[in-house]
Amino acid sequence: MTENAPVITVTNLIKQFGRFAALRGITAEFAGAKLYAILGDNGAGKTTLLRTLAGLSQPSSGQVSILAAREFRDICQHIGYMAHPSLLYDEMSGIENLEYFARLYGIADGTRCAEVIRSVGLDPDLPRPVGQYSQGMRQRMSLARALLNDPKILLLDEPFSNVDAHSATEMARLLARIRDEGKTILVVTHQASLLENVADEFVWMEYGKIVERTHALKAESKV
Amino acid sequence: MKKAFPILGVLTALFLAYAFYQALWVAPTEQTMGNVQRIFYYHVPSAIIGFMLFFINFGASIFYLIKRNPAADMVALVTAEVGVVFLTVNLVTGPIWARPVWGIWWTWDMRLTSTLVLWLIYVSYLFLRRFSSSGETPLLAAALAVLGALCVPFVYFSIWFFRTQHPQPVMGGGGSIDPRMLHVLLINWLAFSCFAFLVCWARYRLEQLQREVDTAYAMESLRDPRRSA
Amino acid sequence: MSAPTGITRVTLLKDLRLEWRSKDAINSMLFFSLLVVVVFAFSFDPTAEESRQIAGGLVWVAFLFAAVVALNQTWAREIRNQVLDAYRVSPAPPNSLFIAKVLGNFIFVSVLEALMTPLFIMFYRLRALGPAWQLALVAALGTWALVVNGTFFAAMSLRTRSREIMLPLLLFPFSSPALIAMVQATTAILNGEGAHFWIVLLATYDLVFTTVCLLLFETVLNAE
Repeated sequence: MTENAPVITVTNLIKQFGRFAALRGITAEFAGAKLYAILGDNGAGKTTLLRTLAGLSQPSSGQVSILAAREFRDICQHIGYMAHPSLLYDEMSGIENLEYFARLYGIADGTRCAEVIRSVGLDPDLPRPVGQYSQGMRQRMSLARALLNDPKILLLDEPFSNVDAHSATEMARLLARIRDEGKTILVVTHQASLLENVADEFVWMEYGKIVERTHALKAESKV
Repeated sequence: MKKAFPILGVLTALFLAYAFYQALWVAPTEQTMGNVQRIFYYHVPSAIIGFMLFFINFGASIFYLIKRNPAADMVALVTAEVGVVFLTVNLVTGPIWARPVWGIWWTWDMRLTSTLVLWLIYVSYLFLRRFSSSGETPLLAAALAVLGALCVPFVYFSIWFFRTQHPQPVMGGGGSIDPRMLHVLLINWLAFSCFAFLVCWARYRLEQLQREVDTAYAMESLRDPRRSA
Repeated sequence: MSAPTGITRVTLLKDLRLEWRSKDAINSMLFFSLLVVVVFAFSFDPTAEESRQIAGGLVWVAFLFAAVVALNQTWAREIRNQVLDAYRVSPAPPNSLFIAKVLGNFIFVSVLEALMTPLFIMFYRLRALGPAWQLALVAALGTWALVVNGTFFAAMSLRTRSREIMLPLLLFPFSSPALIAMVQATTAILNGEGAHFWIVLLATYDLVFTTVCLLLFETVLNAE
């Protein structure tokens, strides 16, 4: 695959819930080995777009094509998804959580879980259940879960929320490193400034549509 | 549609009036039960039409599960709603008839119980549709409708063991019904079938328009500042 | 990819482990069932000879309530932190999750029944006139029917507003044939009468509904 061939193509994507449409006709392409920041106000449809790409939400109409496949079953091995909630069991420790999810992906390598936890800067031997983690630690563990299957495409929803400034910068740097390994990353965030020097492109959403795509952060949003 | 509907409406009204006349004046008075037996011409057709509509609901739901055709979903919704109304008529006329004839309002015999259970199943189907917060409500509803239809034989078999107080159905032979009564019954059944069809049609059209409005509203969201500006 | 049965196994073990750590479901279910038995004893005089006639019904209504609490609890755990989404984005087959949940709920509800039955026997002075192994068979088949339907409808009610009220609204009407069969079989056995018809009916119901739920579960799970 050439580096700039689109890995994600969406065509006229609509997601309707009765009288409300979360997505109102989105057509876009996302190329390989780039980091995209998806920005917009609450209710702009950012999360729904990410959930649709992750195969969690079925579009009312329109098409999603990821790695040239239409069927989600064929490509879910290559997708890592991190949501705003942690997607982890509070009662189990980090490594126990990851060991369970590793089985779902059929990962036989026993050292993979510990390796991923170390890569996000946490200690795999920490016996504490995830429910007692600090918010920042939980976000990192959640990222570790998304990275578990070594995905080609990472979909991250608000990875920096409730994380202190230092950890957030560190996470942004980590994302840049993952991107440089040749992965495509879509990050939904409110804190655009964190990705100012990291993101390749900024995608602006408003009321279920993509309104603008820029290569640099606009001045007024650098608050 | 705009022209055909009023014409069909008038024809159906005339047909219903004729059926009403047949049921109350033309049909012979039953020897033991007297005039109260005339409720039979409403009780039985409403049950048959209700079951017919649920059968269509089942077919439409299967079709939706395979083809994901929105029209099939609307047919399923409409037939379930109208079917519940007709079955309600059946369940209300039943006790009204039973009280003077059997001396009781209700008995837990096979036919009554199974009709009631069927009614409960389709009411819960409508509840699911009402309460769903999913963008894929038709899929959930279709899955539930399939389970509901599969329940029917079990409902019948499970209630089969009870002794039945209810008369055998007059349609499938065995029953000794006056041919004139049968004639009036058929007229009423046909008239109410036309009526049911008309109601379904109107409701289908309404649902279609409602969905068009919802989609238009959703797609041209009034909250969009660039529109109001 | 692991075999589907392997995924079912690890998911079931994970559920049991979580339950062992928090003990939310089992504790509330146990206490709830005890309350149901006591309330029933207040409502229907347990010393009366007729109580044997209605005992089958009482037992199953109590189990039904307990099962609803259990079913709501096991899915509540998947909703917290939206962990269910982590399963849905993985390549693991949805039916493995369904079977794991059904087995998990079957274990919970069976444990509960095993603990409630002595209470019923004690309070209502029950003594089966028919063979006890038949009672056990009816209990297993009946519980399976409730749990398969309940797990399916609980997954369905995840996609509704007021999830916890939606489950009984769906479960009760759709399980009514099974409920009739369970109650009739239990009463028949307690009174020393034959229950073969009901057992066969219940087994058929279990077979048909398990098959159809397996066919439709993926559709329902992904209907967001």
